[in-house]
Amino acid sequence: MSADDSVDIRTNAQSGKSNPCFPDKQAAEARHTLAQPARAGAENVLNPSAVGAALPITQSAESRNLLKGSNKARVAPETFIPEPERYELRSNALHHFNLQRRDFFKVMGAGIAIFTVAADALTAQESGTRHENRDQDQPKDISSWLHINDDGVVTVFTGKVEVGQNTRTTLAQSVADELRVPLSSVRMVMGDTALTPFDMGTFGSRSTPYMSPQLRRAASAARDLLLAQAAAKWKTSAAKLVASEGKISNPASGATLTYAQLAQGKTLAHDLPDADPITPAAQWTVAGKSAPKLDARAFVTGQHQYTPDLRPARLLYGQVLRPPSFGATLLSADLAAAQAMPGVVVVRDSDFVAVAAPAERAVEKALSAIHAEWKSTPQISSNDLYPYLKKNSESGADHQKARETGSIANGLASAAHHLEQSYTVAYIAHAPLEPRAAVADWNDGKLTVWTGTQRPFGVQDELASALHIPKDRVRVIVPDTGSAYGGKHTGDAALEAARLAQAARCPVKIVWSREEEFTWAYFRPAGLIEIKSGLSVDGKLTAWEFHNYNSGGSGIQTPYDVANQRIQFHEASSPLRQGSYRGLAATANHFARESFMDELAHVGQIDPLQFRMKNLSDPRLRAVFESAANSFGWPRKKTQLGQGFGIAGGVEKNGYVATCAEIAVDQNSGSVRVVRVMTTFECGAIVNPDGLRNQVIGANIMALGGALFEAIEFENGRISNARFAHYRVPRFRDVPQIEAVLIDRKDIPPAGAGETPIIGLAPAIGNAIFHATGIRLRSLPLVPRGLNLQKSNA
Amino acid sequence: MAGPLHAQINGKSRTFESDPETTLLFALREELGLTGTKYGCGEGQCGACTILLNGAPRRSCQLSVADAAGKSIVTIEGFEQNGQLHPVQQAFLDQGAFQCAYCTSGMIVSSVALLQKNANPNEAEIVQALQGNICRCGTHPRIVAAVRQAAKAMHGRNHERR
Repeated sequence: MSADDSVDIRTNAQSGKSNPCFPDKQAAEARHTLAQPARAGAENVLNPSAVGAALPITQSAESRNLLKGSNKARVAPETFIPEPERYELRSNALHHFNLQRRDFFKVMGAGIAIFTVAADALTAQESGTRHENRDQDQPKDISSWLHINDDGVVTVFTGKVEVGQNTRTTLAQSVADELRVPLSSVRMVMGDTALTPFDMGTFGSRSTPYMSPQLRRAASAARDLLLAQAAAKWKTSAAKLVASEGKISNPASGATLTYAQLAQGKTLAHDLPDADPITPAAQWTVAGKSAPKLDARAFVTGQHQYTPDLRPARLLYGQVLRPPSFGATLLSADLAAAQAMPGVVVVRDSDFVAVAAPAERAVEKALSAIHAEWKSTPQISSNDLYPYLKKNSESGADHQKARETGSIANGLASAAHHLEQSYTVAYIAHAPLEPRAAVADWNDGKLTVWTGTQRPFGVQDELASALHIPKDRVRVIVPDTGSAYGGKHTGDAALEAARLAQAARCPVKIVWSREEEFTWAYFRPAGLIEIKSGLSVDGKLTAWEFHNYNSGGSGIQTPYDVANQRIQFHEASSPLRQGSYRGLAATANHFARESFMDELAHVGQIDPLQFRMKNLSDPRLRAVFESAANSFGWPRKKTQLGQGFGIAGGVEKNGYVATCAEIAVDQNSGSVRVVRVMTTFECGAIVNPDGLRNQVIGANIMALGGALFEAIEFENGRISNARFAHYRVPRFRDVPQIEAVLIDRKDIPPAGAGETPIIGLAPAIGNAIFHATGIRLRSLPLVPRGLNLQKSNA
Repeated sequence: MAGPLHAQINGKSRTFESDPETTLLFALREELGLTGTKYGCGEGQCGACTILLNGAPRRSCQLSVADAAGKSIVTIEGFEQNGQLHPVQQAFLDQGAFQCAYCTSGMIVSSVALLQKNANPNEAEIVQALQGNICRCGTHPRIVAAVRQAAKAMHGRNHERR
């Protein structure tokens, strides 16, 4: 068989062998898993299988017109608009709306529905449309909807997904808050391409600043509608009525009506009108307070079903034959022995070779029975990486033009001190504990895939494109997922499972092995950063030139005051597949900038905190620096050998962070231990303080790995440390005493918090190591093999 | 090996039909539907698949069905009794000791095993017992707090019984 043959070997169908699909014994107990894993009570309000069958796929002209509401900007005026990272924007444009308004109540039952219309560019980019490839035939302005049924149950539909960041809970809190209902009345239907409106994806810390206000506006509109209903019934003015605890009451007469009573027998659908006021944070009642994770009990009892836990009837288990190295092409594959095995399905489609079988051992045996020859191409190793990135970088494309103000030459000429340094940041893996996984099921030419992805609609598009079927025949459902950290934007496992299931004519589950995770996923980009700066006699920055090769533009702008700047991101051809990661390049750029600021402070003989403050006017960043420093007790005097203290901070995606670290260097072994971390975070009004604290502390613990020891090693197109035994992630013993101070700015709309708290720790630790030893480390990870105390470059 | 293999699982006698060389993890999850026990690495490094085998914490990805034959197994599904959470489960809930919660089953099983051996562990002993369990979300301090809460609760309960 030649390499470019595209052959679908349907072993069972073509050879007349017995059906390989698993016996039907699991059918009864497993059937419920075919729906979106039921949230408590959610099955009472909708049956996703029934919805799938009932939904018309295309949109009528009539309903399109209905959807074209005119809405003004949806973004709070003070909200900083983050630029999506370039690899996030590579996701294909997609416009989607399956549910016609007139069919909505058939599915949802009687009640009151509010459709959020995304008319402004930014919200539309998030959830309704995109600038490129605009498809005029599809409505693109619905971004979420909300329904109140005649039991008073509020169901919210959003394309966002829950991956451990607790957005299911915080979005529900915002709705409960705005609608004046208890949190327990709110059900969230998330990340299901057949049920929820199009959403670009859950990334970029966008759910809280963009989705939450949308849902609040929908809830606020629903509340107004309920008030109007009650007012009409009581022949009074809505302004005299009060909404609270799921009821409308008339203080004058003492009459009350529950939302359930008001929704009874109604089929009221409203577009979200303009300019609905959102309850200010100072008046929040449900939001602004800690609320436990929704359905938490299901997680401590093992009952929650993640994608790998789904077991539909007749399920087969799939595995892919992986190439021996990146970019290898298949020369030949002898499939005969595997094909001859009973119950085994083998697929070869171009270079894709995979098997499916009803049991673990059968899959392993079939895969090892395939003899394949691959052609590999020479590739660079991790040792040669950074010169390679610089050499293979480009500049000049519009979006990467240098940002320039003033004149670097003039700035340097006026400086008393000059400094120039370069920093490197290694590729690291997300290593989500739930590996990429998917269950695919074909039924009557339609494909349903359950998969843990941050971009259900993006994966729907990938599936439609790869399998050459219309998008409306593909449904992607995202069960609440075992973490992602930016690593689950693509649908690799979904494509593999779908292709196998297509051939097998049974549902197929693919769960990537840890080694596959470490090899065939994508990585946080490695990068090289070069900085040049000048300092005046009085410790002011006179020039700032900053070049980032490959790792990205997030957090690349300096928050410090400097008139003469040249800042540029240079895209490079990466030897490894790379993509999004928690905080994106903000970690790399902050590591370089905040280490360099520390070096400058040393040159100018100024305390590192004082030096930053001297060059900083942003009041929010100043506030977190002051808070972290005060709580930590900055400046601290060393009381023992090997002790050191460091500080770093920054702003990204409208979140402000400052982090202090205390480290201890073992004088014999050179091992570095982080002893204490104090971090202050401010992201506007806090929606869920306990959830935020969990995110902030969690981000810092995750950051320990990238700061100290995580690095992907590769040679000849292979990852050399593709196992937890060789790729060290933070464990209990690595975790320092760690405290977080959260500043609650009720006067500022909330920003996302899943990413930015990660950026301060690496430079704080690097600066502390310098403080302890005089050794300046300029590469992440800082001490994968401990510190060489003989070396000194101070 | 002749005939199907049996084991006592969460207090009930169960029969495995899987090939005896099948990993215990796969058989528990896919054959018996006990999917609370998770796959995280397949190399015994992450602890997500931890079960109790004759009372001791073991990595089910490193065991075969044959290894488990005739033994007693407790999985995360076996801790809740008559709708009452195990004190360790309750403590994880109270402390909010999870984010994505994929590691939670393994953390709870490892913690139960620790507390069976050592009713009042100090922080270093908790860290030691959980060192083989990976949490990628960084919930470690809350997990340690949960184990401490559970130890207190179980201690109190034992006292009440006496």
